[in-house]
Amino acid sequence: MSGVRVLVGTRKGAFILTSNAKRKKWEVSGPHFAGWEIYHINGSPADPDRLYASQSSGWFGQIIQRSIDGGKTWEPVDNKFAYEGNPGAHKTFDGTQQPWAFKRVWNLTPSLTDPDTVFAGVEDAALFRTTDGGKSWQELPGLRNAKGHLWQPGAVGMCLHTILLDPSNPNRIFIAISAAGAFRTDDGGETWLPINQGLKSNYELPDPEAEVGHCVHNLAMHPSRPGVLFMQKHWDVLRSDDAGGLWREVSGNLPTDFGFPIAVHAHEPETIYVVPIKSDSEHFVPDGKLRVYRSRSGGDEWEALTNGLPQSDCYVNVLRTAMAVDTLDSCGVYFGTTGGQVYASADSGDTWEPIVRDLPAVLSVEVQTLP
Amino acid sequence: MIRVVLPFHLQQLANTGREVAIQVDRPVTQRSILDALETRYPVLRGTVRDHATQERRAFIRFFACGEDLSLESMDQPLPESIANGSERFMIVGAMAGG
Repeated sequence: MSGVRVLVGTRKGAFILTSNAKRKKWEVSGPHFAGWEIYHINGSPADPDRLYASQSSGWFGQIIQRSIDGGKTWEPVDNKFAYEGNPGAHKTFDGTQQPWAFKRVWNLTPSLTDPDTVFAGVEDAALFRTTDGGKSWQELPGLRNAKGHLWQPGAVGMCLHTILLDPSNPNRIFIAISAAGAFRTDDGGETWLPINQGLKSNYELPDPEAEVGHCVHNLAMHPSRPGVLFMQKHWDVLRSDDAGGLWREVSGNLPTDFGFPIAVHAHEPETIYVVPIKSDSEHFVPDGKLRVYRSRSGGDEWEALTNGLPQSDCYVNVLRTAMAVDTLDSCGVYFGTTGGQVYASADSGDTWEPIVRDLPAVLSVEVQTLP
Repeated sequence: MIRVVLPFHLQQLANTGREVAIQVDRPVTQRSILDALETRYPVLRGTVRDHATQERRAFIRFFACGEDLSLESMDQPLPESIANGSERFMIVGAMAGG
């Protein structure tokens, strides 16, 4: 019988939540790597038992862990992320230039076809790749040529946090960086284009429509339509129907269009999910109500999903990598909060239940649909 | 043998106890101890010293003989008591965030 495995990264370790396809009863495994920050834990689409985890610490730096048995056991692999050549400098908070320096891995995205190939998005922003299961990592330095000297840190650092692989074109990759924007390669990572036309950052940038510098929080796509992208920006929810060539705002009737994650329904490419957050000054849900908003029209028109979610005195945040979907017939939607809850919906968001309530603050949620 | 004390998380990573004994050629310095430690336990590369700069990570301290040696030169010979194993070389996670 098929099932799901939910991979949860938290401030103090990783947790693996498993269930059968009914998604009613859950087994909780963890904490793995107790006491460490797990920015991301993710599985290979080509081999579901192959997992990779980014384990980091302000004291001890970066570790990458790999599992070949679905998270039962782990082994550390190479943790050296060396920029190619002299990476130069980027802008910092006060507008001055600061040398590029590796800090941590935010995102691990395994190849769609090869479990030994994984892309790593790091802070200070760069994209790395391993083709030997993590034994060594090489930068794709062409990304920095996309006006890297003008990129600057978002509030949490200058992180490459989102990686989308185009299932129809192995040479096309989309990434997003805070605060630089969204970028696309069509040649396997050799050269990159900023894809930020249509973004407006009225209070964040001196030129609100600058080519780079926008604080993109997350991107999402449906694998059947990889040219259609959805974006949660610092403020604004947007979509592009031409692979990032031009964006248009689809915030519509959202109570606030600030937020972090965005996700697409597994079987309905025009059904998308966001979690509105009050503002960039108040990183919690508005009005004390935890509400996921769903649009069945690819944006503009949104409905609040509240059944099973706290509707009073709730002041959590949902971080950019902390929402995901499964691909079971009735699409499951999952998200984790900074309050340590992981909520699941087995009916596309109509109703929700907490899988766990008291984990450390959740940094990331990924879901594997198991055969 | 040099006796090196590791903080909890590095013990977990290296799958060791609190104290490890390693062979270090003389002269014994912070750098030669760390080189030997990382050779014996490759998983510790990058956790005590930054990969790129080979500098001590900001929240790591080195204690020995009742002294904080963190700001001493990495290549300065350490006291004989460390070199002969009667004193331990302690790698410590700095107090921060408590």
